[in-house]
Amino acid sequence: MSDLLANDVITPDAGETPLLSLPDVSILKAAPMTRLSLRLRKAAIPAAGEAFGANLPVTPLGAEISAKRAALWMGPDEWTLLAPEDELQAVFDGIEAKLDGQPHSLTDISHRSEALIVSGPKASWLLNTGIFVDFSLEKFPVGTVTRTIFHKSPVMIWRTGEDTFVVEAWVSFMDYVAGILVESAQELAAA
Amino acid sequence: MSQPFRTEKGGRIDRGQQLTFTFDGEEMQGHKGDTLASALLANGVHLVGRSFKYHRPRGIVTAGSEEPNALVGVYRKGDQTPNLRATQVEVYQGLEAISQNRFPSLGFDVGAVNDLLSPLFPAGFYYKTFMWPKAFWDRVYEPVIRAAAGLGKPPKNPDHDTYGNIYAHCDVLVAGSGPAGLAAAVAAAETGAKVILCDEQAEFGGSLLSDENATIDGKPPAEWVRDTIVKLQGMDNVTLLSRTTAFGYFAHNYIALAERVTEHVSDPDPKLPRERLWQVRAKEVVIASGAIERPMVFPENDRPGILLADAGRTYLNRYGVKVGNKVLIATACDTAWQAAFDLADHGVDVVAIADLRETPPENLVAIAQARGIRVEAGCVVTGTLGRKRVKAALLGRLMTSGQVASAGQVACDAILMSGGWTPTVSLYSQSRGKVVWDETVGAYVPGKSVQHERSAGAAKGLYGLQATLEDGYAAGEAAAKAAIGKEAKVTYAAASGGEAGQGAVLGALPHDRNASRVKAFVDYQNDVTAKDIKLAAREGMQSIEHIKRYTTTGMATDQGRLSNMNALSIASGALEKPIVDVGLTTFRLPYTPTTFGLFAGVARGDHFDPVRKTPSHDWVVANGGVYEDVGQWKRTWYFPKSGEDMHAAVARECATVRESVGLFDASTLGKIEVVGPDAAEFLERMYTNPWKKLAPGRCRYGLMLNDAGFIVDDGVIGRLADDRFHVTTTTGGAPSVFATMEDYLQTEWPDLDVWITSTTEQYAVAAVQGPKAREVIAPFIEGIDLSADPFPHMSVKEGTFCGVPCRLFRISFTGELGFEINVPRRHGKMTWETLAGEIEKHNGTAYGTETMHVLRAEKGYIIVGQDTDGTVTPQDAGMSWAIGKKKHDFVGKRGLERPDLVAENRKQFVGLLTKDPKVKLEEGAQITVAQNPATGTPAEGHVTSSYYSPAMGRTIALAIVKNGHALHGKSLYVPMPDGSIEVEVTSPIFFDKEGARLNV
Amino acid sequence: MLLIYCPYCEVERPETEFHNGGEAHIARPADPSKTSDEEWAEFLYMRSNVKGIAVERWRHIHGCGRFFNVVRDTVSDKILKVYKVDDPMPDLEALAKEAGR
Repeated sequence: MSDLLANDVITPDAGETPLLSLPDVSILKAAPMTRLSLRLRKAAIPAAGEAFGANLPVTPLGAEISAKRAALWMGPDEWTLLAPEDELQAVFDGIEAKLDGQPHSLTDISHRSEALIVSGPKASWLLNTGIFVDFSLEKFPVGTVTRTIFHKSPVMIWRTGEDTFVVEAWVSFMDYVAGILVESAQELAAA
Repeated sequence: MSQPFRTEKGGRIDRGQQLTFTFDGEEMQGHKGDTLASALLANGVHLVGRSFKYHRPRGIVTAGSEEPNALVGVYRKGDQTPNLRATQVEVYQGLEAISQNRFPSLGFDVGAVNDLLSPLFPAGFYYKTFMWPKAFWDRVYEPVIRAAAGLGKPPKNPDHDTYGNIYAHCDVLVAGSGPAGLAAAVAAAETGAKVILCDEQAEFGGSLLSDENATIDGKPPAEWVRDTIVKLQGMDNVTLLSRTTAFGYFAHNYIALAERVTEHVSDPDPKLPRERLWQVRAKEVVIASGAIERPMVFPENDRPGILLADAGRTYLNRYGVKVGNKVLIATACDTAWQAAFDLADHGVDVVAIADLRETPPENLVAIAQARGIRVEAGCVVTGTLGRKRVKAALLGRLMTSGQVASAGQVACDAILMSGGWTPTVSLYSQSRGKVVWDETVGAYVPGKSVQHERSAGAAKGLYGLQATLEDGYAAGEAAAKAAIGKEAKVTYAAASGGEAGQGAVLGALPHDRNASRVKAFVDYQNDVTAKDIKLAAREGMQSIEHIKRYTTTGMATDQGRLSNMNALSIASGALEKPIVDVGLTTFRLPYTPTTFGLFAGVARGDHFDPVRKTPSHDWVVANGGVYEDVGQWKRTWYFPKSGEDMHAAVARECATVRESVGLFDASTLGKIEVVGPDAAEFLERMYTNPWKKLAPGRCRYGLMLNDAGFIVDDGVIGRLADDRFHVTTTTGGAPSVFATMEDYLQTEWPDLDVWITSTTEQYAVAAVQGPKAREVIAPFIEGIDLSADPFPHMSVKEGTFCGVPCRLFRISFTGELGFEINVPRRHGKMTWETLAGEIEKHNGTAYGTETMHVLRAEKGYIIVGQDTDGTVTPQDAGMSWAIGKKKHDFVGKRGLERPDLVAENRKQFVGLLTKDPKVKLEEGAQITVAQNPATGTPAEGHVTSSYYSPAMGRTIALAIVKNGHALHGKSLYVPMPDGSIEVEVTSPIFFDKEGARLNV
Repeated sequence: MLLIYCPYCEVERPETEFHNGGEAHIARPADPSKTSDEEWAEFLYMRSNVKGIAVERWRHIHGCGRFFNVVRDTVSDKILKVYKVDDPMPDLEALAKEAGR
């Protein structure tokens, strides 16, 4: 849980009971947040980071975090920007103002997906029951973010701590993703 | 005494733990560590099954996964798993196993009459016999064949077990834990490489577990195995997987393993999966799958009690079980002699060693003589006696002439045979490697590596304990070096004993019997004899692939591991060509039979595929809505009130929308936000319509073609700002439209400053349609003047709905005044429920997709994918109006000018009215000119949509018909089984042709 | 299942994250109105479908979303080279030789 507290963008949804709570892994729903998809050309990267309040990472699969802001690399010209839910308009307007005249696309996708926080010593094992990515720390260090496939659903995985992952999926896929994660974790509760 | 064939001591079973199990209902005892096969043998049971075709009594032949005969069913939790190999089933307290392919009982099987009738069942018998009459194929022949042949019966209930899955990555995967595999794992692990070691057996060690004579580093082999495993267990970089079969080797070093997690446990925790599929991506693979012994092909070599020699030795040394009291050894290879010695040392009467070689090694002969064992050199078995258990063998002496002279009969209750060894090259072969014939080994061995793998030890035809260990270490070192570039100093263990055996034989053995009367089996499971293979060759089968299919040899559950080499040799003789020219069949996956459950994993029930729901879902369920599946989406089909059937519900919903108002969930429609200075230019290129002059705040219907000129999608597009468009697509087309747009953007027009973002799930969409739509939404909308003048048909504005931001479209897919309210998805439930409450006040209704389809069909609006099929152009659909005539280019424009697309006689979109207004056409029905066309007459077109239309008070249909636009007013026919239906071709717009209802 | 290196994400990922986009270097004519019917049909439908060294487009659809090009031996499935869409087609003969074909 200490990893989670270090991240003030993704926080457990206080109103939700944990989806799973085992000694070795837990699954919590994350609270709603502002999510923006930002697309632009190279020249506009610094200005966009300045306006947002966190640099746009240029390293593939990288993430940059600062106070209440996270910028996640999604592709060479694509970032997902995270901020607290109630700052949507301010963040949106701030970036639009700063990038006026520079080609870009800023789109609100706050409601498009939901996030889970999967945490514990068996977190990466649990993800590997449905994801074909090597989650060893050498290959997928803390801070790595990627889109991939969980069974038959597209997901986004962001490692926020050694044993903590944020798992995002489009809302209508979340029942499927959360359901299979909980089902697959059952054997950890075996005697 | 129970377990009369159990030795007094020795073996790796836990004699302290007595377990009770049943076989065909009979209670027996075994020990922890037993397989079902070893426990049955300990109880003196050899007869375990009936053969596939002749229903001959069959016994256990091997001690491994290649077992062809001992296929059993195991009951668990009230259902039965068929076709498990008794040699792999571990005994637990209460195990219930049954034999298969026998009726009414294993001892008395009526199907055994097939054996007496066997002259009627030669190779290729199915192809020759079941030809005529054709009507018998599926009604008589197949059911009878399926009932008579086949193996176990499939379980009747849904699988009550769960199956796990894990994706894993490693530097070195070692398949097999005999001497080569263990050495390879140690060598690779010492470098720090991530190693996975798997073995299909319950215990690691492979052949080392049944060798009591050799030593490794001065220890008995089993002790060395134990120490090595303890060492590997202590290493963080090593994963040890027992009971885990590497069953498939795919491209790019992707290997599938089946781990049996709870199969061996009496009462497993239900939270544990039965099996786990390991999907491993290994940088390097070491294949240490060993070798298996070859049966000898002599007449009646299939009687219960006839086993492979090494299996006999394994049962003795590993399981403490004697395969018989009077054992005959029939061999061509030195290794079987050790089995004889071990048996003799445990007090078994070895009645003779019949070695077909003229001069077996002197040292072996000396050891045999010291134990008082009769040795017959240059001697073969020419037949056996005994029905349910072998009771005697006929011996024959090989003469220099090549003839065989009878050498009498010897009484025995078991025969251990060895025709030499065959390397297990299945995994190598699956990796797409080509095996090569090695004359010195007398077998096919792995050739060049195609993927990142290497075989080690007996798997590549290298025998002898010391050599195998050394080869394993070297393979492990090389694999680790290739995977991670590291080397480590590994001390090789030194072995003594376990020397490689010399001698082998391939193919059918000579005998002095009437060749047309005897059966010498090559493939036990499929009942293929040497005679069958010769017959296949005589009947013109030239390649082993043909022979395999004609005779079914090598098609057993072991993929021919046991039978292939003998079959090849016999074919080689019959075809008079060298064995290498006969060819070799492919070893296909899975290596051993694998359960469907393992492949399915969690993909069952609600988790078979994502079930995508919209925010109205809970309300729909509570209000009795009926769902239909549209791709992964659950969409409400219709909302029946009590007592209503679908027809009544849809008729009511349609009428209500036209009279007052209806509420429809349009959330599943694809939505794409197109943003950037070049957004209009991009849409101009992607859609047929013009976009540059569309003012912000206005919408337009967009038609998308592919570059061939055919309609692929459509939807309404709203301009929110100069550089921002809200594009909608069909529900099913959303992913492909997005992908197509990305394709053109990235690869054809990367210079355009525009980006696309999927917002399908960002917004929930409630469509309010009908004359009272404005009144329904007005109380909740702020910031938008809803009156017709500032907000006409085909407009879009941003405002709020109940205080939450919304994008309000004034659009219609019903022909009525309509609005679509897009709210951020988390507000979708509130929006829907608010509107559902409000429409009640206006005598409105919620409606589903069926009503939506009827209403749009009344208006002649196409549904892409229903009224179009990928060969329909805008002109065909009567939508030339949607093409921007002044545009120089758009996707599909050039395609539309292709000769075929401007030719006469294209099928065009029309309406159809049946002469009888009550008759509803079938969607998909063919349309003809003649009332009763001759068989083979090509159709003029087909019905694409057909409904009862409440607004028209009759049925209506849409269709595509050759030259349809010119046929309005003409009669055509729809021939159906119970008579031809006359229809009149009409305009596809049935209702409110002027569109007056839209513009209010 | 193939393992494909994405030149944008700079990682190897399994085939399931990608979508094959057919033969690479088939450019849409700059001015389609100037093409003959034969040329347009060629562009629409004609592909080399080689047994051997093929140049294909792949899109990292469940990753960064980018299109890129892959040189793959369709017989062995060996991937000989991966390059970005705007890079020129590599020397296929040299690649084939390097791969021992």
